Amino acid sequence: MAVLVIAEHDNAALSDATNKVVTAAAKFGGDVDILVAGEGAGDVAAAAAKVAGVRKVLHADGASVAKQLAEPMEALIVPLMGGYDAVLFAATTAGKNMAPRVAAKLDVMQISEITDVIDADTFERPIYAGNAIMTVKSSDAKKVVTVRGTAFEAAGNDGSASVETVAAPAGPFKSEFVSEEMVKSDRPELAGAKRVVSGGRALGSAEKFQEVIFPLADKLGAAVGASRAAVDAGYAPNDYQVGQTGKIVAPELYVAIGISGAIQHLAGMKDSKVIVAINKDEEAPIFQVADYGLVADLFVAVPELTGAL
Amino acid sequence: MKVLVPVKRVIDYNVKVRVKPDKTGVDLANVKMSMNPFDEISVEEAVRLKEAGTATEIVIVSIGPQQAQETIRTALAMGGDRGILIKTDETVEPLGVAKLLAKVVEEEKPDLVIVGKQAIDDDSNQTGQMLAALLDWPQGTFAYKLEKDGDALTVTREVDGGLQTVKLALPAIVTVDLRLNEPRYASLPNIMKAKKKEIVEKAPADYGVDIAPRLTVVQVTEPPVRQAGEKVEDVATLVSKLKTAGVI
Repeated sequence: MAVLVIAEHDNAALSDATNKVVTAAAKFGGDVDILVAGEGAGDVAAAAAKVAGVRKVLHADGASVAKQLAEPMEALIVPLMGGYDAVLFAATTAGKNMAPRVAAKLDVMQISEITDVIDADTFERPIYAGNAIMTVKSSDAKKVVTVRGTAFEAAGNDGSASVETVAAPAGPFKSEFVSEEMVKSDRPELAGAKRVVSGGRALGSAEKFQEVIFPLADKLGAAVGASRAAVDAGYAPNDYQVGQTGKIVAPELYVAIGISGAIQHLAGMKDSKVIVAINKDEEAPIFQVADYGLVADLFVAVPELTGAL
Repeated sequence: MKVLVPVKRVIDYNVKVRVKPDKTGVDLANVKMSMNPFDEISVEEAVRLKEAGTATEIVIVSIGPQQAQETIRTALAMGGDRGILIKTDETVEPLGVAKLLAKVVEEEKPDLVIVGKQAIDDDSNQTGQMLAALLDWPQGTFAYKLEKDGDALTVTREVDGGLQTVKLALPAIVTVDLRLNEPRYASLPNIMKAKKKEIVEKAPADYGVDIAPRLTVVQVTEPPVRQAGEKVEDVATLVSKLKTAGVI
């Protein structure tokens, strides 16, 4: 049994998401290797070699995989699968983009967003926005899996794997990277943050969202999230969206402000350790999952809370 | 440009899902079913491309039971031109759906396939990417914006941390995300007109692909229930509770 983990990174640093996938991979009960594909990502490969429990790191360096687009990543990963029984990706936008492509090429039915590994063929995964948990057994010879980060602890960084070079795929490919526009923020990254402050539609505007949510988030050193309703209304970028079709978070503290708590939102945050809800509607479903609920006008209560910290 | 839009009939967005007591699945008897919300966004985008003169024909395809015909009708009322129903009462996994769609693509020869990024029932987020791989077409997943540019398609994608723009050689697959557009409601005259539009009925066997499931459902269970905590009086009490809990 050998499992390949596809590293999540930005060519500069290895994402903590990779360490979590390694923990899931270890539960298969075999050797775990990491593939780092990028351009000038030597530091990432070195960091991957330190992840605990990893046998070796495969490092592919080249312009074709600089942005890890799905088409070149498929061309890189599929031939490597001769030596592996399973390939695991983080269930991030990058992992979700490339994993099904690899699965289809291998004629394998992918198992998405697993939350537990029962054995090397059997997995748990949430369906219907987390309102049901399905245990599935795969009959495919090889497994293609995406891993929900909030369900696994991050593997340590005290390993010492070897690094082996593999060739980056040669093009041309039918897709090309044009540009990217990344939100610059000093706040922690939402998916892995220890604290999250999220705002909902009750904020009423993008200005108010920033005026009310940001100071509290900064005081707490928290990442900022939003409900789908707030994203839909244009108060917050899509990247902030917590829920079934956005990000899944499980911080130590989740503060839901002006969020009613639709099941699709709860799907993204109900595994948080402590949930605080501030909402003026005392019937809001968010209070059914909140450890501490405050029925109050958010425009008064939140600045007061920010001031009190 | 010819556009193919696959749509799926799923449990309605607002329905509270209940797990069956025998743990074999969720209870779908007598619950409201609707078009997968992301597929509404796909249909809308195709219709806008047609209104802008970029798309020439919109073909809607669905794989599912007889009632999936209603879902196709809804898409036709929004502006689709004709439909294909691949009728089956069995569960078809994303890999099987992608294989069937690949055959439809071979027959229909669209220049673009626009598909929802995920269905809200099994939350797989696979079909579009799998179809792209089977056809060896480029893919633009989680689309925020798309623009045709000669023989290429520029797709701006929702990615972790922001937006990424890629250029795809046509033919291509696009999977849509939430902010791409706001789907329209079909008007009554368009609903009436859609009743006359053609829907061809097919069976999976007509396409000669293996769609047998690869996954066996061992069980489906309720998630652990989170208990409601307490209501606090005011901000000061909240702060002291959070301090006691050790989270601030």
